[in-house]
Amino acid sequence: MESGCSKKLLDLIPQEKKWGFIENQNGISHGSSEEKKLELKLGPPGEEDEPLVSFGYFSSMKSNAKQAHNKFPPAQEDHRGGAVLTASWAKNHHHQPKPPNCSQKRTAPGPVVGWPPIRSFRKNLATTSKLASESPTSLPHKVAIERKPAAPETRGKGLFVKINMEGVPIGRKVDLKSYDSYEKLSTAVDELFRGLLAAQRDPSADGPKQEEEKVITGVLDGNGEYTLVYEDNEGDRMLVGDVPWHMFVSTVKRLRVLKSSELSVINLGSSKKGKMVQN
Amino acid sequence: MSEDDERQQYPPPDLEFASNKARNCNSTGSGSGHPEFQSTYPDQVLENVLENVLHFLTSRRDRNAASLVCKSWYRVEALTRSELFIGNCYAVSPGRATARFTRVKTLHLKGKPRFADFNLMPPDWGAHFNPWALAMAKAYPWLEKVHLKRMSVTDDDLATLAELFLGFKELVLVCCDGFGTSGLGIFVNKCRQLKVLDLIESEVSDDETDWISCFPEGESNLESLIFDCVECHINFEALERLVARSPSLKKFKLNRYVSIGQLYRLMVRAPQLTHLGTGSFSPSDIVGQGDQEPDYVAAFAACRSLVCLSGFREIIPDYLPAIYPVCANLTSLNFSYANITAEQLKPIISKCHKLQTFWVLDSICDEGLQAVAATCKDLRELRVFPVDPREDSDGPVSEVGLQAISEGCRKLQSILYFCQRMTNAAVIAMSKNCPDLVVFRLCIMGRHRADPVTGEPMDDGFGAIVMNCKKLTRLAVSGLLTDKAFGYIGRHGKLVRTLSVAFAGDSDMALKYVLEGCPQLQKLEIRDSPFGDAALRSGLHHYYNMRFLWMSSCRLTHHGCQEIARAMPRLVVEVIRSADEEEMDDVVGTLYMYRSLEGPRTDAPKFVTIL
Repeated sequence: MESGCSKKLLDLIPQEKKWGFIENQNGISHGSSEEKKLELKLGPPGEEDEPLVSFGYFSSMKSNAKQAHNKFPPAQEDHRGGAVLTASWAKNHHHQPKPPNCSQKRTAPGPVVGWPPIRSFRKNLATTSKLASESPTSLPHKVAIERKPAAPETRGKGLFVKINMEGVPIGRKVDLKSYDSYEKLSTAVDELFRGLLAAQRDPSADGPKQEEEKVITGVLDGNGEYTLVYEDNEGDRMLVGDVPWHMFVSTVKRLRVLKSSELSVINLGSSKKGKMVQN
Repeated sequence: MSEDDERQQYPPPDLEFASNKARNCNSTGSGSGHPEFQSTYPDQVLENVLENVLHFLTSRRDRNAASLVCKSWYRVEALTRSELFIGNCYAVSPGRATARFTRVKTLHLKGKPRFADFNLMPPDWGAHFNPWALAMAKAYPWLEKVHLKRMSVTDDDLATLAELFLGFKELVLVCCDGFGTSGLGIFVNKCRQLKVLDLIESEVSDDETDWISCFPEGESNLESLIFDCVECHINFEALERLVARSPSLKKFKLNRYVSIGQLYRLMVRAPQLTHLGTGSFSPSDIVGQGDQEPDYVAAFAACRSLVCLSGFREIIPDYLPAIYPVCANLTSLNFSYANITAEQLKPIISKCHKLQTFWVLDSICDEGLQAVAATCKDLRELRVFPVDPREDSDGPVSEVGLQAISEGCRKLQSILYFCQRMTNAAVIAMSKNCPDLVVFRLCIMGRHRADPVTGEPMDDGFGAIVMNCKKLTRLAVSGLLTDKAFGYIGRHGKLVRTLSVAFAGDSDMALKYVLEGCPQLQKLEIRDSPFGDAALRSGLHHYYNMRFLWMSSCRLTHHGCQEIARAMPRLVVEVIRSADEEEMDDVVGTLYMYRSLEGPRTDAPKFVTIL
């Protein structure tokens, strides 16, 4: 296999090796800055020194702008797929005139138009279906209590959801947009309810003194006295922490802090399966 | 779901024009159905008898043969042909076709070549349905069925079909484009006898028309409604009402904007379904979706006639057990949009004993394929698509899966297999274990990739396929291939009609072997392979017998193509040019050539040069 004439191209890419894309869980690749050069970009040519990437025909460009928007997501979101094309056919083209003795056999110089031969509507599978199947443990389940759909309020740019704690008659509201992780949310739960909870506690002999407020911890890992659960957009009750944070934020409607000991009463996950499989 | 309906396409109706010039009944191609001489009474009786007999002839191959017997048979055959198949819309003009065949009720028409699906052809290249629609409106007002593949269809064309053909019943559009929901709206509204509307892998633009609501009120004759490729929201309530008034509905494939909850509501209204496309197969995002989760299992169990299941466009695998009740009856299962693991597949596939067609994603890995091989002993067609269609990604399926399938599914006839690695040994094993193979399409996604175990090219594997699979008519090759592989194909692939080649071969000899060795070759599509003018010349004896030849990014020159064009007047030689190709440059980007009775087409865009 000869390297052919495009030495410049090949120097950038180690032969027979992966491109050095780091794939995170979502399968979205983040390349190094060199690989960034090779990314398909939406836009006219001339923005880079040489068109390292093969562009091809943009078949929906003719009239269906809306359709195009659906069918061909902007290249920045889709680093994979040799043949997801964004620039128009009239611009950069794979077939650059080459000297006749240039071997056709080049090893992986870049994504090629129409290769592998997969039709475009089969291409974005990894994004859509992976997101869907990424929550294998958050099973939709039945809860034998009346459920009221609790819509989060968005004031300005915040995402406020109600949060209630078992044993505390007064609820709070949290702005989920001001947190970016479960840990921060867990800390917030402690901040919101520690005082209220202490105020509720019976000043009994074996409990902590009234002045001492007990820190609320372990709401995420099941080790604490309390566990954080939420209600999602279908009204199902779910354990907090299974799905990626951004996914949680998009589906959560309200939060509850329940006693960990009470959780076995509410069958998380089992009753749904039992209902489904009747064979 | 099969792409391959090649069985009946040779010889085509126009072949006798090219190869039988001596027959004066067809040299001008008028093919009129009216006799030009006075027939005697006995002749008339014979013709009537013939007409009655020929009505029973359905295969177009047989019909083409019958039409060659003599003038009388030619005439009567033309009168009695009710199903017209045209494999290349530019091979014959609408006028010529309608002049010869006067009583056509069904039209099959194919346009662009297959590589257009992979963006190797610029848009607006052609294959417009419009001239055909207009010609048929005049010639066949009784037309009932139209099947189009890779044609450009406009909203106006859809309106024409609905308005000018009063008894129109069936429209099937495969890989078509150029129309939108507004055209669909007009079509379904005006077409009162509609039984079948199948939109398969077509591009439908969203004109924000609620086309489902355009179906007329009252009981509908709908038997098949397939719209899984339509990427727009639909009016669910209208769809539900439509299903409720379509008692004959048997085939129903929803798009991904239909949630599983909505699917349930539709299924309970249509337990008579035989073919179902499930839509997204996941819940919608709507808050507060009713109290109880519906009993999906019961809904599937009620569909006792269900044999074909597809969809699963945004699947939540937790819902998969709902389909258990129908697995035992399924003959066709399409999971090619469902990113599921082997573990998630196993409980399903272990119940699918009758499965004959299975499309799936490689997310099931070799392990999933082993499970398929263990249960699906009747499997005829397998397609394994990649979740991640890049050259350098990890390959979850490999020679292991192929080997397992070959050992478990001995009746296999058709396979399409995308992978990152493959060995000659596994391919050879399949050639021996599956002698019934008719279609073998292997796509090793890394270009020029050798056998990872031996380091050899993949020549021997594909060689074994053509040698051992004596019924093989369609072949797609990949991986590192030398001229030797093509030598095998030329020597043993005597029945091969369709051949797809990419990034393969060393020299002109490879193409020569194929063009000289494969007498049945009809469709040859080649890209990025080092074949030049000399190779092209070696096929001159055969090009009139082919539907088309496609060669892109090879080593052809204008000069070489010009030679071919001069030598063969009935061949249309199109050179398709990219914008930054120099006009003076002798190198040809894409060659697309096909036989035609009509000469150069008049609707060619600027970037196409017809030599």
